[in-house]
Amino acid sequence: MSSVTLDHVSKQFGDAKGVEDVHIHIESGEFFTFLGPSGCGKTTTLRMIAGFYYPTRGRICFGSRDVTSLPPHKRNTGMVFQNYALFPHMTVFENIAFGLKVRKIPKAEMKERVERVMKLVRLEGYGERRIDQLSGGQQQRVALARALVIEPQILLLDEPLSNLDAKLREETRYEIKRLQMELGITTIYVTHDQAEAMSMSDRVMVMQGGEVQQVGTPHEIYHRPVNRFVASFIGETNLWEGIVAGIDGNEVRVRVAPDLVLTGYAHNVSPQVRLVPGETVVLSIRPETVQESTGADGENVVSGTVVLAEFTGACVNYVTSVGPHQLRSMSISQGRPLKQRGETISLHIPKASIYFAG
Amino acid sequence: MKAELQPAATPSKRISFTASPSFVYVLVSPLFLILLAYVIYPLFETFATSVNVDGQFTWKNYARFFSLEHTANLEALWNSVYISVLSVITCGIVGVTMAFLLERYEFPGRKILSVLALVPMALPPLIGVLSFTFLYGESGIFPRLFKELFGLEQVPFSLKGIWGVVVVHTFTMYTYFFMTASAAIKGLDPSLEEAAASLGANRFTVWRRVILPMLTPAMVASSLLVFMISMASYTAPLIFGIDRTMTMQIYLSRTNGDLDMAATQSTVLSVVSIAFLLLMRWYQGVRNYQNMSKGISVHRTEVKSKAGRYVCIVLAFIGIVILMLPILVLVLISFSVDGTWTVQILPPQYTLDHYIDLFTDSKTWRPIANSLELSAIATVGIVLFGVAAAYAMVRLRFRGKTLLDVLIMLPWALPGTVVAVNLIAAFSEPTVFSFGQVLIGTFWIIPLAYFVRHLPLVFRSTSATLMQMDPSVEEAARNLGASWWYSFRRVVFPMAFGGILAGTLLAFVQCIGEFVASILIFTPRTMPLSVAIFQRMYTFEFGTACAYGVLQIVVIIIVLFISRKLAGDKAGTAV
Repeated sequence: MSSVTLDHVSKQFGDAKGVEDVHIHIESGEFFTFLGPSGCGKTTTLRMIAGFYYPTRGRICFGSRDVTSLPPHKRNTGMVFQNYALFPHMTVFENIAFGLKVRKIPKAEMKERVERVMKLVRLEGYGERRIDQLSGGQQQRVALARALVIEPQILLLDEPLSNLDAKLREETRYEIKRLQMELGITTIYVTHDQAEAMSMSDRVMVMQGGEVQQVGTPHEIYHRPVNRFVASFIGETNLWEGIVAGIDGNEVRVRVAPDLVLTGYAHNVSPQVRLVPGETVVLSIRPETVQESTGADGENVVSGTVVLAEFTGACVNYVTSVGPHQLRSMSISQGRPLKQRGETISLHIPKASIYFAG
Repeated sequence: MKAELQPAATPSKRISFTASPSFVYVLVSPLFLILLAYVIYPLFETFATSVNVDGQFTWKNYARFFSLEHTANLEALWNSVYISVLSVITCGIVGVTMAFLLERYEFPGRKILSVLALVPMALPPLIGVLSFTFLYGESGIFPRLFKELFGLEQVPFSLKGIWGVVVVHTFTMYTYFFMTASAAIKGLDPSLEEAAASLGANRFTVWRRVILPMLTPAMVASSLLVFMISMASYTAPLIFGIDRTMTMQIYLSRTNGDLDMAATQSTVLSVVSIAFLLLMRWYQGVRNYQNMSKGISVHRTEVKSKAGRYVCIVLAFIGIVILMLPILVLVLISFSVDGTWTVQILPPQYTLDHYIDLFTDSKTWRPIANSLELSAIATVGIVLFGVAAAYAMVRLRFRGKTLLDVLIMLPWALPGTVVAVNLIAAFSEPTVFSFGQVLIGTFWIIPLAYFVRHLPLVFRSTSATLMQMDPSVEEAARNLGASWWYSFRRVVFPMAFGGILAGTLLAFVQCIGEFVASILIFTPRTMPLSVAIFQRMYTFEFGTACAYGVLQIVVIIIVLFISRKLAGDKAGTAV
C-alpha cells in the first residue's frame, strides 16, 4: 500500500497539450477516481503513474519514493486495461501467473497465490481455459486477478467497465469496490461515467481539457461544484442565467425572466462566484429537487407548459417551458396521473436547491 | 484542494540513458545504416557511375540516352511504357471481371475456380514464361495442334513479340487486380446498394454512383502496382526476344561491357519506379472509405436458368483448363526424354530419369543445393531486419518513420535488374559496407541481392500483425514487471509469430524463384536453380529444366498453403 503524490505534473505531446499542472495527493488505501470526458487527460495522467509516459514537468512519488523516471516494470503497480489486454496465447492460469513468473516466485507458491486470487475474483476452475473461451465479464476478472496477484502498491484501473453491458457493469462495479475494501489497496480509477465515479470513489478528480477542475468527495462535487462544467458534467442540472436583483442577509433574489424572480441562499455559491446586485449569475437547479406544486402561487413557484413528459417506471420526468427557459424536473412516480404535453403545470423550486454556479 | 507534499527522497532526477527521449534513435540507427549501406549507397553509386566518364562529372550519358539520333534507348523506354499500359488494361479487365463473377454469382465450379485463380501467383516469373512458350509459342503445342488438325502450311497463330509479353503479363499479373477487387467487393456492404435502391436509384445509377466509386481506390492502386511490375518485367521480354525494353537494354549494356550506359539506364528506370512508389504511397494515404460498416454478408446471385448453367459450366471448365495448363505442361515435359521433342505436337518419349537425376546426380543437384543455401542465408537476414523494422515502425515513436517506410519499400519497387546493377556498381570495389571486401564474383553477392529484393516481405507481414495487436497487451506485460526483452520474447514474439512465419516462408519461396537479379551476378560456383533452368532451356534439355520448374512449384505451393493457414488471408497480400 502506498500513497501517491503528483507534484505539479504536466505532459506535453509535441505542441499538443496533454495534461497541465496536476497537483494532488492520494492517500494510502484511498479509492480515487479521475473523471472527465474523452480527451480530458485522465488516461494520460494514469499512464504517467504507470510509467508508460514520463512527465514533461513535475514529479511523481509513491510514498516518499520518487518514481518520476522509473520504467514501468519497476514500479509494482497493477493495471487493468480498458480492453483487458490479456495475453491471447496463454491460458487463464498463465495470464494470472505472468507477473509472478517474471518475479521468479517458486512454483508452489505461485500456484497457491494464483489459486487464491482466482477464488477472490470467482474464477475457480477456469485455470486451463483459453482467453477466447471466456465471456467479457470473465475476461475482465482475469485482468483484475492478474493485476492483483502481484500484490501491487497501487491498483490502476483504466475504464475497466466500459466494454461490459449495462447489467454486468453494475455487478462488476460492486465487485471491484468489494475487492478494494477487502484488500484496502490504493486504487486509482479512470472513467468518463459519472455514475461509476460517484458510487465507488472516496474522492473524485474532475478533469477537462487537460486541466483539473475540481477535487472532492462525490458529495462535494455534486452539491458544491466549482463551475458550470462540473455542475453540468456531474448529474443532470438546469442552468439558468439571471441577474442578481437584491441581497437580503442570506437571501439572494435573482431575476431569471422579466416577470420571474427566484430566491436562493447566499451560502450556496461556488467559490469562483461573487454575488453583486446587477451582475449576471448562472443558477444550477437539480431536476430531482423540483417538485410539482399544488398551488400556482407562492415563493419560487413557476408555471409553464409541459413540453415533454416521460414515464420511466420509477420516475416521472417533465421538461417544462417557463418563460425563456426550460425546466427539467424529476419526481418519484407515485401512481399519480401523468400530465400530457401542452398541459399547464406549476412547479416549486426550493430555495435550498438553487446553487450559484458561475 | 492541494495536498501536502513530502520532500523528495532523491532530489536529483534519475533520468537514465534508456529513458531519455533520444534513446530510440540509438535503437533505430542500425536499421537506417543497413538501408543506407545496401539500398541507398548502391543506388547512389550507380548514379555516380552514370555521371562519371573518365573521371569527369558529365551528363553526357543522359544526353546519349535521350538523343534523337540513336533512339534505341528512347524506343526501349517507349516500349516499356507501352507494354505496361497494355498490361494494366488487360489485367484490369480480366481481374475485375473474374472478381465480380466469383464474388457475386453462384454457379457450378465457382469454388474450385476461385482457388485456382491464384495459381499464377505460384509460378516464378521464368517458369510462367517458359510454360507459355511451350503451350502457345511458335513451336508450342497448341499452334502445332491446330496446324495438324486443319492441315495448314504454317502454324495459324503463335505467341510472340510484344503481344506475347502482354499475354504473359496478363496471366501472371491479373491476380493483383483480382485480389484487390475481390477484397473491395467483399468489403462492399450490400445494404449500401439496398439503401441506394430504396432512395430511388435504378440498377444503373447504383452501379455508377455507388459501386464504381467505391471500387475506384482498389482499381487505381492495382493499376499502379501492375504498371510498376510490368516496367520491371525482364523475363518475358527476354524469352520473347523484345530487346527494346528498359530492362533488356540494361541487361544488354551490362553484358556488352558498356557499364556507363547500364548505369544510366538503371538510373532512369529507378527514377520511374521511385516516382511510382511515391505515387502509390500518396494515393493509399488519400483513399479511405472501405469497411465503414460492420458484419458484412455478401449475397451471391445464383445462376438459375438451365441454359445459363450450361454456359457457366463450360466457361468455368475453360477457365480451369487455362489456369492449370501451364503447370500441367511443365509436368508433362518434365517426363520427356531430352532432345526427342522436335516437330511433334507432344513429346514422343517419356522417362523418370530427370527426377531421379535431380537428387542423385551431383551436377544436377548442385543448383538446388545452391538455391536452398543462398535463400536460407538471405531469409535469415530478411527476418532479423524485417521483425526489428516492423517493431520499430509500429511501436516506437521517432522522427523519420515515413523515411524508413519509403526506404524499406524502395528495393521492392526497384526492378531486379536495377538492384543487380546497383550492387555491381557498389561492391565491385572494397567498401566499408562490405567490410573491405570485393563482393562481386563471390558467394555473398547473391544472398545480398535476395536480401535487398525481398526485404519488405517479412516487414510487411510482421507489421500487419503487430498493428492488429493491441499495444496495451505489451504494456500489461511491462506493468506486471516484465523487462522489455522479457515481454518481447514471451508476449510480442509469440503473438506475432504467425505473421512473421508467413512472411518468412514467402520471402524464402521468392528467393528460390529469383531469376532477374541472379542472371546478372551469379558465378558458376553459386548458380541458383532459376539460372540453371534458363541454361538447360538454351541447351534444349527441356526435361531437366521442367523437372527443376516442377520442383520449384511444388515447394512454392506447399509454402503458400502453410503460410495461408498460419496467417489467414492477411499475409497473402503482403506481396
